[in-house]
Amino acid sequence: MKKRSLIGLLALGVGVSMTLVACGGNKDKDSSKDKGGSDSKYAAAIVTDVGGVDDKSFNQSAWEGLQEWGKENDLERGKGGFDYFQSNTDADYMNNLNNAVKQGYTTVFGVGYKLTDAISEVAGQRQDTNFVIIDSVVEDRDNVASVLFKDQEASFLAGIAAAKTSESKKIGFVGGMEGEVIGRFEAGFLAGVKAVDPSIKVDVVYAEAFDAPEKGQQIAAAMYNNGVDVIFHASGATGNGVFSEAKDIMKNDPSKKVWVIGVDRDQEEEGKYDGGNVTLTSTLKGVGATVKDIANRSKDGKFPGGEVISYGLKEEAIDLTEGNLTEDVQKAVDEYREKIISGDIEVPDKP
Amino acid sequence: MTNSMNGKLKGVIVALLSVILGLVMGAVIMLVSGHDPIAGYSAMIQGSFGDLSYFGETLRQSTPLILTALAFAVASTAGFFNIGIEGQSLLGWLGAVWCALAFPDLPKFILLPACLIVGALFGAFWAGIAGMLKAFFNTSEVIITIMLNYIALYLSNFVIRDIITDGKDATPIIPDAASLRSPGLEQLTDYSRLHYGIIIAVLMCVIVWILMQKTTTGYELRAVGMNPFASQYAGMSTKRNIILAMVISGALAGLGGTMEGLGTFKNIFTQNSLPGLGFNGMAVSLLGGGNPFGIIAAGVLFGALKTGGLLMPTEAGVPEELVDIVIALIIFFVGASYLITYLLDKLPAKKNALKEGGE
Repeated sequence: MKKRSLIGLLALGVGVSMTLVACGGNKDKDSSKDKGGSDSKYAAAIVTDVGGVDDKSFNQSAWEGLQEWGKENDLERGKGGFDYFQSNTDADYMNNLNNAVKQGYTTVFGVGYKLTDAISEVAGQRQDTNFVIIDSVVEDRDNVASVLFKDQEASFLAGIAAAKTSESKKIGFVGGMEGEVIGRFEAGFLAGVKAVDPSIKVDVVYAEAFDAPEKGQQIAAAMYNNGVDVIFHASGATGNGVFSEAKDIMKNDPSKKVWVIGVDRDQEEEGKYDGGNVTLTSTLKGVGATVKDIANRSKDGKFPGGEVISYGLKEEAIDLTEGNLTEDVQKAVDEYREKIISGDIEVPDKP
Repeated sequence: MTNSMNGKLKGVIVALLSVILGLVMGAVIMLVSGHDPIAGYSAMIQGSFGDLSYFGETLRQSTPLILTALAFAVASTAGFFNIGIEGQSLLGWLGAVWCALAFPDLPKFILLPACLIVGALFGAFWAGIAGMLKAFFNTSEVIITIMLNYIALYLSNFVIRDIITDGKDATPIIPDAASLRSPGLEQLTDYSRLHYGIIIAVLMCVIVWILMQKTTTGYELRAVGMNPFASQYAGMSTKRNIILAMVISGALAGLGGTMEGLGTFKNIFTQNSLPGLGFNGMAVSLLGGGNPFGIIAAGVLFGALKTGGLLMPTEAGVPEELVDIVIALIIFFVGASYLITYLLDKLPAKKNALKEGGE
């Protein structure tokens, strides 16, 4: 008796689920067809790191670049066009790269140094697909182009801007994770500050995360409490917390003046609040433009496989926005920009 | 006998109903948010069992989860809530990779077992700390292990950055002699990362089942879990069993992390946050009813959800967040299994009552 009703209940459960699923199927059957995408021999996709395409920073600008590329080439989002694959954990990189290849994307971008090993492995197995690794180098693979940015140069300019703007002569740096890549930002920034005034103290703190705004906010709160008035963050989505804290401070006490320097893309939008903006300036990293450029080269059959391409101020791939810099500060920044481009100043890439 | 059979059957049905209810609720949410559940779930099935390479990845994903789920099950049989599997598995991962990098020239038949053992020992040591504190000072293992998770996270980041490498955020790749990967399995599954770890995981399930069900040690662990006072009165050492349970649990957790180190990634890198092996393992353990064979099934299901979920955004346009919601819903219904059990019990009773009333 008991057993029978158990099985009955199970059957009921299955039945209900089938009906529901079936109903769902009929209702919007067409929605899946919209995703068909266009038919093209050149299809490009990006695989994000764990930051995701809405990190308001690195991944997002890569995705924006790819979307522009798609628009210019009359491609649609989806197979045969362009798309992104979001990674939720580090274990997903390989799966996503493989999925992108299987779905027929001919050029696959790995956004961020965390994908280095995964790209190296997949590229060895899937030799017909072009891969691009951004912010890192994959060696000995003819179907991988490596893209490096001289982040230290833009960070140097950020350091100039920070040192010239700071009134308290205390400046903060919030890093994502300690290591080679963020080390470039730190080194450039410190050198820039020092070039203006060696007596300025820079408080360097690493959040140990690119996706933890709450940590960013905590660190920023501690720094601002200690009298720091300009913070440069190189920490992806973690930096959103730095912006929140700065905005909170300004909202509660408009007489204080605190600034945030954004990273990788113009973060003017993130600094907006009622009555002003806390974004002093942002370092620009032409991730989007690079993605577009390489996708085009790949389309024209001129994929720079096996090459390491280095983009700096000279190539206009990185820069510092005008943002809310005063005229004097902007002038100083411009002077140093020229010096770096002409080679008079060699910016260190290690802290 | 019939009663226990019925109990087991009920356990299986409750688990199945949890999964079905989770999937149904997931479908409802997809519908409400304007996505096609059939396309969504077909993409998920395609992405987890669609071809050999997907299937290989599904098994690969489930390998560490099976081991961490076993770890949770052993501890909870003995009456502990080991929430520190996360940290124990991370340290196991670190230990195994460290060992492999320290002795790159050893032959495979020595190095691979050594790395596995070191990984398990690292995990066992970390869990042992909580076990000792519990046994001798009666501290709450929940709080201690939660805190130890964070210490493990930052400790491993420190070791990677400042001891194994010189300021890098990932260690070099381990030598082939320490790798669980096999070119044969990779070729068989079209370059998935399936590795020999799955065999180890299944083997550990059998060993744990024998240990818990067929040996005196297992009997004592279960007895302590059911009633520590009664078992002490019966002459069992509660202290010894507490520590033993935590050490076994930690060793299994460490082995789970080792699978990532020697199989999936072949190195270890600094982590943003805890990698989630432990928390997912807890869910797998609950869904599997703490039974080693239930855990294998639940582990494969979780592997399928996680691997297949990756295909849902691009194949069916379902956002990746929804996949996590479906998984969370399944866990929710496992947690709410009391409700399902209650309904199962009440339904026939009510029917009987009605019948009697009618007569």
